[in-house]
Amino acid sequence: MASGAELTPTSYMAHHLTNLTGSVGEGAFWTVHIDTLVMSLLIGIVSFGFLWWVVRGATSGVPGKRQAFVELAIEFIDGQVKSTFHGDRHAFVAPAALTVFVWVFMMNAVDFLPIDIMAAVYELLGLHNWRSVPTADVNTTFALALSVWLLMIFFNVKVKGLGGWIHELVCTPFGKNPLLWPVNILFNLVEYVSKPLSHSLRLYGNIYAGEIIFLLLGMWAATGLAGTVFGTLLGAGWAIFHILIVTLQAFIFMMLTVVYLSMAHESH
Amino acid sequence: MNINFTLISQAMAFAIFIWFTVRFVWPPLMRAIENRQKSIADGLAAGERGRNELELASHRSADVVREAKHRATDIIAQAEKRAAEIVEEAKAAAKDEGDRILVGAKAEVEQEVFRARETLRQQVADIALAGATKILRREVDAKAHADLLASIKAEL
Repeated sequence: MASGAELTPTSYMAHHLTNLTGSVGEGAFWTVHIDTLVMSLLIGIVSFGFLWWVVRGATSGVPGKRQAFVELAIEFIDGQVKSTFHGDRHAFVAPAALTVFVWVFMMNAVDFLPIDIMAAVYELLGLHNWRSVPTADVNTTFALALSVWLLMIFFNVKVKGLGGWIHELVCTPFGKNPLLWPVNILFNLVEYVSKPLSHSLRLYGNIYAGEIIFLLLGMWAATGLAGTVFGTLLGAGWAIFHILIVTLQAFIFMMLTVVYLSMAHESH
Repeated sequence: MNINFTLISQAMAFAIFIWFTVRFVWPPLMRAIENRQKSIADGLAAGERGRNELELASHRSADVVREAKHRATDIIAQAEKRAAEIVEEAKAAAKDEGDRILVGAKAEVEQEVFRARETLRQQVADIALAGATKILRREVDAKAHADLLASIKAEL
């Protein structure tokens, strides 16, 4: 179990759910979750470094197993993007979707690492508070969702022009009648606010909840032999189920990204 | 759930990763995949073309065989005709040659007969002359009666 002088359920949870913070300026906003940042960058560099390494040696002949695996993943994403986005997807949308999927999936997958063993490892490295899963930090999911949101606005303006976009905000979905303008604007406002919120909180909630369940099972395992047995069994079960959640949430996050970006490309 | 500067740094990291994927990961692999698709399509097209050509070639070879058979028949017929002609010519030539030989032989025989007759006549004349000479030992002067003797010889 996690180290600490007095181990109570509260301190156990708090220990696992506290970020290692660093300050970059005055005020509460100017703090950085160093663990989230380092883990996500590490995962990103490893994942995209791997992809880059495979792709650099890619042959158009008979592919090796490694290349076939990467091609499988990329063609799966390409196929998903193709069915949703009608335009030159190779220029930006499909690779962006790949980035989102791979990164989110890998960040989610860190959740599989046994939380207390990892805590012990971090402790050895002198890191008392270190959260492994970047997507269980709302900052990460919001960062991704807001980036997609900004891209959405960027493509709206790029494809339709600023006037076209404003016209769409004012005149859709209910109609051009000036009486309907306020309703349209309100509707679109709600939509534009809800998109990044639902986009980010869905991922955050799922992964955070998964982490909490692991913690609760860990706490149960601390109560005795029966608790350990059940905690192990349920932990294994939850981890297996979590494979689905991790993949599904990464997929949903990617699909929403693609859908939002393709909606930005299409005028109503 | 506290929003802080992590958000901005994560967004920057996200932007960098997107840029990296767009720039370095996606295009080379897509190029490789598209090249492979193209080569597979080319291979399939080549296979199709090869099959068509095979079909065409088998048609053509059947034509060639038929043509060759036809020509072989022609050649055999011609050869037979020619052989018959040659036989006929040879027969004619042999007949001519035989006739010629026959004519020559006849002429020679006649000549031989004539020569034999001449010789015979000479000998008879000589014998007659000798006989007459014996009979008319004295009176007959070979020189004086040469005319007579010649006429007798001619009559024999």
